[in-house]
Amino acid sequence: MTRLMLSVNGTARAIEIADPDEPLLYVLRNDLRLTGVKFGCGLAQCGACTVLVAGQPARSCVLPARAAAGQDVTTVEGLGSPERPDPVQAAFIAEEAAQCGYCTAGMVMTAKALLSQIPHPTAHQIRGALAGNLCRCGSHPRVIRAILRAAAAPAGGR
Amino acid sequence: MTMSCLTRRGFLKTSGVLLVAFGTGGGVAGRAAGQSAGTVDRFLGKTVATDAVDGFLAIHADGSVTLFSGKVDLGTGARAALRQMAAEELDVAIERITMIEGDTALTPDQGSTAGSAGISQGGVQIRRAAATARQALLRLAADRLGRPAAELEVIDGVVRPKDGGTGVSYGTLVGDRHLDLAVSANAPLKDPNTYRLVGKPIPRPDVPAKVTGRHVFVHDFRLPGMLHGRVIRPPAVGAKLASVDASSVASIPGARVVRIGGFLGVLAQREWHAVRAARLLRATWSPAANLPDQAKLFDVVRATRVARDETLAQRGELSGLTSALAGGGRTLTATYRWPIQTHGSIGPSCAVADVRPDRATIWTASQSTHRFQPAFARILGLPPDRVRLIYLDGAGCYGMNGHEDAACDAALLSKAVRRPVRVQWSRQDEHGWDPKGPPQLLELRAALSDSGEVIAWAAQAWAPEATEGLPNIPLLAPDEAGIPQQPGRSSGAISQNIAPPYGFPNVRAVVHWLAETPLRPSSIRSPGKPANVFAAESFVDEMAALVRADPVEFRLRHLADPRGIEVIRRAAARMRWDPRPSPRRINPLAPILVGRGLAYVHYKNNENYIAIGMEVEVERRSGRIQVTRVVCAHDCGLMINPNCVQSQIEGCILQTLSRALHEEVTFDRARVTSVDWSSYPILTFPEVPPIDVELIQRLDQPPVGAGEASSAPVPAALANAVFDATGVRFRTVPLRPDRVKAGLQGRPA
Repeated sequence: MTRLMLSVNGTARAIEIADPDEPLLYVLRNDLRLTGVKFGCGLAQCGACTVLVAGQPARSCVLPARAAAGQDVTTVEGLGSPERPDPVQAAFIAEEAAQCGYCTAGMVMTAKALLSQIPHPTAHQIRGALAGNLCRCGSHPRVIRAILRAAAAPAGGR
Repeated sequence: MTMSCLTRRGFLKTSGVLLVAFGTGGGVAGRAAGQSAGTVDRFLGKTVATDAVDGFLAIHADGSVTLFSGKVDLGTGARAALRQMAAEELDVAIERITMIEGDTALTPDQGSTAGSAGISQGGVQIRRAAATARQALLRLAADRLGRPAAELEVIDGVVRPKDGGTGVSYGTLVGDRHLDLAVSANAPLKDPNTYRLVGKPIPRPDVPAKVTGRHVFVHDFRLPGMLHGRVIRPPAVGAKLASVDASSVASIPGARVVRIGGFLGVLAQREWHAVRAARLLRATWSPAANLPDQAKLFDVVRATRVARDETLAQRGELSGLTSALAGGGRTLTATYRWPIQTHGSIGPSCAVADVRPDRATIWTASQSTHRFQPAFARILGLPPDRVRLIYLDGAGCYGMNGHEDAACDAALLSKAVRRPVRVQWSRQDEHGWDPKGPPQLLELRAALSDSGEVIAWAAQAWAPEATEGLPNIPLLAPDEAGIPQQPGRSSGAISQNIAPPYGFPNVRAVVHWLAETPLRPSSIRSPGKPANVFAAESFVDEMAALVRADPVEFRLRHLADPRGIEVIRRAAARMRWDPRPSPRRINPLAPILVGRGLAYVHYKNNENYIAIGMEVEVERRSGRIQVTRVVCAHDCGLMINPNCVQSQIEGCILQTLSRALHEEVTFDRARVTSVDWSSYPILTFPEVPPIDVELIQRLDQPPVGAGEASSAPVPAALANAVFDATGVRFRTVPLRPDRVKAGLQGRPA
């Protein structure tokens, strides 16, 4: 067994796994019960599994958990709650930028990373930043609007 | 039992099981998310009859209401809209209503959540039940208050005299007892002009939990002692399992192998171990090559045995067409091709099953929990009433994807190991094995008068026949395991909208129902209609071009239905449509070609009226299409929740644009080869155009669905815009860059 020390949403968590190559996704979902992060493809193609590792968007379906050890991992649950949503989440809620919602957490995390780098992105920049996040329901226009809204909010989602 | 014989005693009669309220505090979001058995099992034993008010509604002592809906929310907003319809007729605040969906033990069988009928059928049933309840509650209050019902009004669940004075609440009147009322077709409905909730953009209750990662999808549902299972599907369609080497996964902690006939699964306590075991397990299979040569797919379709012909429309006589053809008049013939496509759910299908010797519970994102209850009972060898299917949200499915197959996988594994089992498919499983939208081939012929009127229109289509009396689309696991199930196929109502929506004097539309189709078919959003309208509305533009008419004017020339005319006019106005024939004058040197197109549908020839306009840029060098604007005028009768309608239209447009631009299932002779997002690309953010939707509210019309109809005109609007830009007519979907580039260079497209 390999023992990993993870820092997830500001809390230190010790995890034991048999396979050191186990992707972070399964540890988050099953060991830490942070099920906001979703399995979409296991191939880093769709973005549903996006979390922040040291502030950067990472595809947790292919990232070995050990590669995240010692770094700050943030999941969608770490941003806010239905009662106290983060500004980006609040903007997604205001725009109803989710249909089935399976891809949504990955979109929120990608948006979070974008706004931390570019606080006031253009719609064009938003489209580019989300090029690797797939949505099948067609929530795209609302997602773009939500990110523009978050950028314009007083807190700016920063 | 009818309303007329209702007595107070009869009304309050309970049938042995006392319904227990759960409070309304804490909002609906959490409950919409947490439809787990534990929170709703208190309702077990209630009626699920579709003709009983108690089937749909329970009114609790605290004034809260539980709505039991056989129709489910697939991300469409039904969770808001159905509550709006119930709250409106009951006259209670919407916040008081909690909704339970698609639970075979608790909800009435309202049919599959399909065909965009959640509101038009499911919602209308619920509305009638709520109106019946309100009428009965009013009479009961009249009795209690000693005033005629006509002198009473209801404000948020409290019945009181219109002229003031003490009232009585629903909770006090009913207090968790059964209503014991038949749903009355005659219960008076609200005058739509007095609606307080219907027609308003009430927020969807599930969005906050989805955005913050708290929403419980079936993928997130866990049971104590649960194992993770994965199923190993054959390397070729129809290949048989020859042998399994269980020692190949011996190194994986706790990995177990289950084999039932040719059904092969692995299980582990830890999900990653199940994933690895599925990858590492060594098995040998018989060779199989049952699929046709993809390059000749449409030849195969055309050569497939026709089980029967069905005449979809016949009007006037077609001698005009025949004589025009014979006389060398103005006639046109064109063939349109639609490829095999997949649902493309972002989350691969998943289910959790807990199968015991005497009963089974299956949590699934199926659109059809009630329909599959008897199927699962047969497969598991249990009486239907001992099998419970409970809907939990999945990733959007847009028709029958792999949800039911994954549920069957989980059920067989759970039965084998006597533990709860969760199965989630891999990406490759989902793309490779979910049932597919079948290929469609359409051939259209028309004759035009010298003055540019359509004299005759003949359409014939080739599409797979639906098996008559098929209880459900056959699942993968029973066939592999050797468990009998009724063979057959169904692709939904794929022949709708082959007949044109215009008043042409002579029309004949025939579908040649094919005895078979490659790959297992099922319904996929707006079954058949994107292809049928692609053909019909491309062909209308082809005729307009032949007689050098403006495509909008040409349509209006042949259309009498005022609602149809209105959506076309509105869409054209919103586009600032420039009346002129297509194609536009093309600069042979321009690197980017710009055009506009429009398409119209009267959905199913009896539902929505929709016109979609599109503007495109085509890059000559690459053949790449960028859609720069989409306009939609949409009339779905009474809109319950315009924000949800708008959201569904955006989804229909973008998903169908994706299908028309990119999507085609590829296969070799053995298996599907488009098994991930690089081999089966879909629309990405940089390609998403601005979408401008005009919603038409019609309070005097019945509601029809909005979940799929606006898909239908999208491909034709695209092809018409590309023709306008380039002068090249594309009749085969998808309009991939290589195909467009070839067409622009004058090669076969």
